[in-house]
Amino acid sequence: MSVTLIINGTRREYEGDPNTPLLWVIREDVGLTGTKYGCGIAQCGACTVHVDGRPLRSCSAPVSAVADRPVTTIEGLSSRAAKAVQKAWVDLDVVQCGYCQSGQIMSATALLEQKPKPSDTDIDHAMAGNICRCATYQRIRAAIHAASAQLAG
Amino acid sequence: MHPLISGFHADEQRRMLELLGDLQWSAPLLSRRVFLQSAAATGLLLGFGWLTPSSAEAALPGAEGAAAGPLAPNAFVRVGSDNLVTVICKHHEMGQGNTTGLASLVADELDADWALVRTEYAPSDVKLYNNLNFGPLQGTGGSSAIANSFLQYRGAGATARAMLIAAAAETWQVPASEIRTSKNTLTHASGRRATYGEMAVAASKQAPPANPPLKSPAQYTFIGKDRSAPRVDSPSKCNGTAMYTADVKLPGLLTAVIAWPPSFGAKFVSFDATEAKKVQGVTDVVEVPEGVAVVATGTWAAMQGRRALKVQWDESTSKALDSDALLADYRARAAQPGTPFTKPTGASAANATGKTIVAVYEFPFLAHASMEPMNCVAWLHDGILETWSGHQFPSFDHMFAAKAAGLPMEKVKLNTLVSGGSFGRRANSWSDFTVAAVNVAKAIGGRAPVRVQFTREDDTGAGLYRPMFVHAVKAGLDSKGNIAVWEHTIVGQSIMAGGPMAMMIKDGIDPTSVEGVDKSVYNLPMLAGSLHSPVLSVRPLWWRSVGNTHTAYVMETMIDELAAAAGRDPVAFRLALLEKSPRAAGVLKLAAEKAGWGRPLRPGVAQGIAVHESFGSFVAQVAEVSLRKGKVKVERVVCAVDCGVPVNPDVIRAQMEGCIGFALGAMYYGEIEIKDGRAAQRNFDTYRSLRIHEMPRVEVHIVASNEKPSGVGEPGVPPLAPAVANAVAKLGGPRVRRLPLTRAGMVEV
Repeated sequence: MSVTLIINGTRREYEGDPNTPLLWVIREDVGLTGTKYGCGIAQCGACTVHVDGRPLRSCSAPVSAVADRPVTTIEGLSSRAAKAVQKAWVDLDVVQCGYCQSGQIMSATALLEQKPKPSDTDIDHAMAGNICRCATYQRIRAAIHAASAQLAG
Repeated sequence: MHPLISGFHADEQRRMLELLGDLQWSAPLLSRRVFLQSAAATGLLLGFGWLTPSSAEAALPGAEGAAAGPLAPNAFVRVGSDNLVTVICKHHEMGQGNTTGLASLVADELDADWALVRTEYAPSDVKLYNNLNFGPLQGTGGSSAIANSFLQYRGAGATARAMLIAAAAETWQVPASEIRTSKNTLTHASGRRATYGEMAVAASKQAPPANPPLKSPAQYTFIGKDRSAPRVDSPSKCNGTAMYTADVKLPGLLTAVIAWPPSFGAKFVSFDATEAKKVQGVTDVVEVPEGVAVVATGTWAAMQGRRALKVQWDESTSKALDSDALLADYRARAAQPGTPFTKPTGASAANATGKTIVAVYEFPFLAHASMEPMNCVAWLHDGILETWSGHQFPSFDHMFAAKAAGLPMEKVKLNTLVSGGSFGRRANSWSDFTVAAVNVAKAIGGRAPVRVQFTREDDTGAGLYRPMFVHAVKAGLDSKGNIAVWEHTIVGQSIMAGGPMAMMIKDGIDPTSVEGVDKSVYNLPMLAGSLHSPVLSVRPLWWRSVGNTHTAYVMETMIDELAAAAGRDPVAFRLALLEKSPRAAGVLKLAAEKAGWGRPLRPGVAQGIAVHESFGSFVAQVAEVSLRKGKVKVERVVCAVDCGVPVNPDVIRAQMEGCIGFALGAMYYGEIEIKDGRAAQRNFDTYRSLRIHEMPRVEVHIVASNEKPSGVGEPGVPPLAPAVANAVAKLGGPRVRRLPLTRAGMVEV
């Protein structure tokens, strides 16, 4: 039984084990490596992608769970909110090692798509599942507010 | 569990159930771990597509982008006919921003246009890329990247600029002194004008000047100019294109996970690969010195194969190691003097007629837990070995890779990529991740390139920890409230012993065990220090700021306690001891001033302060802390840093912010317990990290300085925990002598 995947708008059939976590299919079958492996147990958020426009930890989702649903990875971000987030991230030089940042940007984008003017508490709720060992959190928060301001402006 | 943490757990569960609902999987609330195990148990993998060689080759790892010659006056800079400037970085980028820093040094002296500057990472060549602070060794550590490169990289840029000017002077037949340079462009009052790219070929024919003049500080265009040189790696790290070891694509690349010893020092006996080999995608199951490697066409297949693998280990002696027992042993050792590292030259115990404080401090093992778990790609081909990894110490990795491969060093090529964090983990004297990849590549007969990938559990459980330490201190005041006696015994593993840096151990003292107590910034002639260095089966390693992770805590909390005992203000008490250390006094005063030290705060909130020197940089921090129902919350941290010439102020700020969050996470939660000879914490669920809602507001103030630059990657770590602990004590909380704070139930987990 194959699984129909819609990743960044491209439809493809996946012939492998439907229980394989989506992360590994994205990285190694589709070849999109912006989505990262960090923990494998949905604790760190480095693997965050969007399914139906909402964040999902792809390391713990079997590929079968996203059959026929639109999956967006960091490479496929194109919404106005996403562009504002990425611009704010670069403008404020949020990144350090960068390994978690695809996941941070995916979570932040999903937040702003739902709530264009998030409060600090909203940010805490949306971002608490994304660990950054470099602790770039202060800039992540500032960049989300900056992106929000850009979207409003 | 903190509501936010349980919140995102619940969200994940709900999401999963929603998605799985379509598959009639909706029944009970399975934990993800259980779910994955059952998913694993049900499934044979039905084939695993892999990238075709053509697309793989197109994605061969490179750096941030590199221009071709023709002007290549030295090993550090090239100017292309396309007008791009390429800076070759000898240091490893693991987030600390040194790629940007090194590039800005060259760009400044070259008068480059920042938009046209590209970077790439140097090959392993110690003759060209030696770390001038501690070589002969090509490596990044001790917060030395900018410190040792400051003149070298500026000189490289100045050389290229001089050659471009000489070429223009010759071409235009004007005196070189009349030519101006700015933003990759040469101009002359006559109206002549050329880009560096246009002049690059002519410049390449000029002789490089021996000692090109360097700019005076007043002439700097990037150095010290805030936001003049934004991070070169921001764009690629914000769009998913940055290339880490995990992302390397090569034709036919295989992935291996290793069945590592289940306890530190367990001995391999035998294995049965029957079931492992049935997993679709598993290509090889091979014995390697590290354990048993399961090699597969993809990571998931390799992980599934390892799950099915049966390995017999001899744990007859290895299981005995236990961190609680070890702590008891360390406490007993700390009660006895060890090998002296500093002897008192001042006052004697007889003068200690005032209050005396006796304290024992306990620090746990800590894992680095960089976001990118350890990994390395190795490929034996055409009689050579190539590796791709975050080679933080290329000289060590090169030497150990060659040894493992049985090849001379010139037949080994290292490709250094950025790494997803290190905090010291990738700078190890055994090159464990590199050697493992080479061993697996050998074991499969060099048939294909292979990546050894640590899972998070492998990474956290691998040892190479910040060693457990115990300090015992007896400090006393004289009748005037001045420190009269300070007896200090330290117990903990030597990081350098047994490795290639063992020659740094002098008279039985590993300097990294005592740094920060020994040669303290304070004038403490009465300090008598001694060290015990027990040897264990679990390997120790440097962890961001190394010995200062524990020594600063002891010094700065004890000083604070003594100040309180003397009835003196903690800042004034410290300043009196800092007469010979004006830079430490400077940051202490600056942090206190900016934090409004002494001003009234809300009830239940207090400030604590600490100052420390590490790696030549001075950092003071004021932590504003609340204590409610016994739970600590750090609300704000004001940080003052003196790192000499501040090359890139925004990178310095970022490092201070990051150091503070990193140190606070460790203070709250960081602990690896060893039970039955193995790490009890193996993933982020039990080895907790700071999260966004726990990050305090951080303000960084940088001292304007013309001193030689020193590092910023580590020195922001040491003062944080003692500053917080001092605030807790001021609030009436206990003097915390055992970390992490979860040990005393002082954090909301």
